[in-house]
Amino acid sequence: MDTKKSMSVSTRTSDATALSESSAGLLRELVAHLRQNRTQLREEWARRITRAELLTAMTEEEIFAEATAVYDNYVEALETGTFEALQAYSRRLSERIIPRGVETDEVVGIVLLLRDVLARSLFTKYQDNVEKLNRILDSYEPAANRIANTVAVGFVEERERIIRQQQEAIRELSTPVLQVRERLLILPIIGVIDPQRARQLTEQLLRAIRANRAKVVVIDVTGVAAMDSGVANHLVQTVEASRLLGATVIVTGLSPEIAQTLVTIGVDLSEMATVGDLQGGIEEAERLLADRAAPTTQVREIAPESQR
Amino acid sequence: MEVPILRQGQFLIASIQSALTDADLSHLREALIAQVGRSRCRGVIVDVTALDVMDSFAVRTLRDIAHMARLRGAETVIVGIQPDVAFAMVQLGLTLKGVATVLDLEEGLAFLHRRTEERFLETKPKRPSERG
Repeated sequence: MDTKKSMSVSTRTSDATALSESSAGLLRELVAHLRQNRTQLREEWARRITRAELLTAMTEEEIFAEATAVYDNYVEALETGTFEALQAYSRRLSERIIPRGVETDEVVGIVLLLRDVLARSLFTKYQDNVEKLNRILDSYEPAANRIANTVAVGFVEERERIIRQQQEAIRELSTPVLQVRERLLILPIIGVIDPQRARQLTEQLLRAIRANRAKVVVIDVTGVAAMDSGVANHLVQTVEASRLLGATVIVTGLSPEIAQTLVTIGVDLSEMATVGDLQGGIEEAERLLADRAAPTTQVREIAPESQR
Repeated sequence: MEVPILRQGQFLIASIQSALTDADLSHLREALIAQVGRSRCRGVIVDVTALDVMDSFAVRTLRDIAHMARLRGAETVIVGIQPDVAFAMVQLGLTLKGVATVLDLEEGLAFLHRRTEERFLETKPKRPSERG
């Protein structure tokens, strides 16, 4: 490797202009070689993919079909030096193969294999002319590396896009605000609450209070396994904010573990109305709603004795 | 900017139309408290629907209005706090403790009607001493 590098450097310094002129020619020669041996190299590549046990989720025919497409795109990117078509292709390819459970290392693996297969065929072809082989590799290697990079990045980007999409979908699904009857909303919370989700919950709840003109909200946390001080404080803030919009919040379904944690870490929940289970919460809510309809003392809650 | 104060039956309605300076807020407080006595009002509604920001001074002024009006014999209710404003207030610890807040003007009027009826019922047996 070292000798090769030093040699290529010496060529470059000795005859820089001639090289830049001829490098285009070399690339053309290289592409012509790859086109000529298309079938054989493609088969070799597909064989090595199977031997390396990559893309096990796909059948041999599928691998061969994709290999052909990748090969052609690869050669085209080498020839034109533009990567847009390859980028688009790798995105489409990722879209097809990600749902089938193809992993990142497999995709990177097959692209590197193709790079190796092609490089080896170049070695065989130019084994008698080391100097020319070096110059061919000089123009082949950067392009090949960039192609490998493009495909891998395309794959990862597509994956991340899918993950983001799914996260968004899960988040949307997981925060329904339900109206049970006139002026009564229920917000069942299930699963882990991270700060982002907590914020989203609050925003949705406050909007729903306004849209439905809710008077009472029951937040049910039966489905929440654990709660830290951050989330608990957020819950308290949500209760306060709902009150500013004129709605009373009842929290139900605090599990024994959460109750113990909250008291142990000293979160102040004295402002929060809590009822054991959802059923009790709804009953309490209906009582509050009935109270509001008739002119009785709802006000005591709004203006505590100490503040008078 | 002057905040118009309307009279609706026994109640005063102050409807804030745009962002207010601290001086405007103080002026609103003085005008409201003066009018409460002058017109023998039983309730005050401050409508903040148009405000998309509420700082600590505004919140304190609203709380002061509520407490002062109570001393002058009127209940106060703040109406129309926007969801985003509500959450921002809570995060800043400005929770308007001890002040009634409801969704909108309609709810505010209903609330005050209920409150004044209640007070009437409460105070009826032990007349003539009006509660205040």
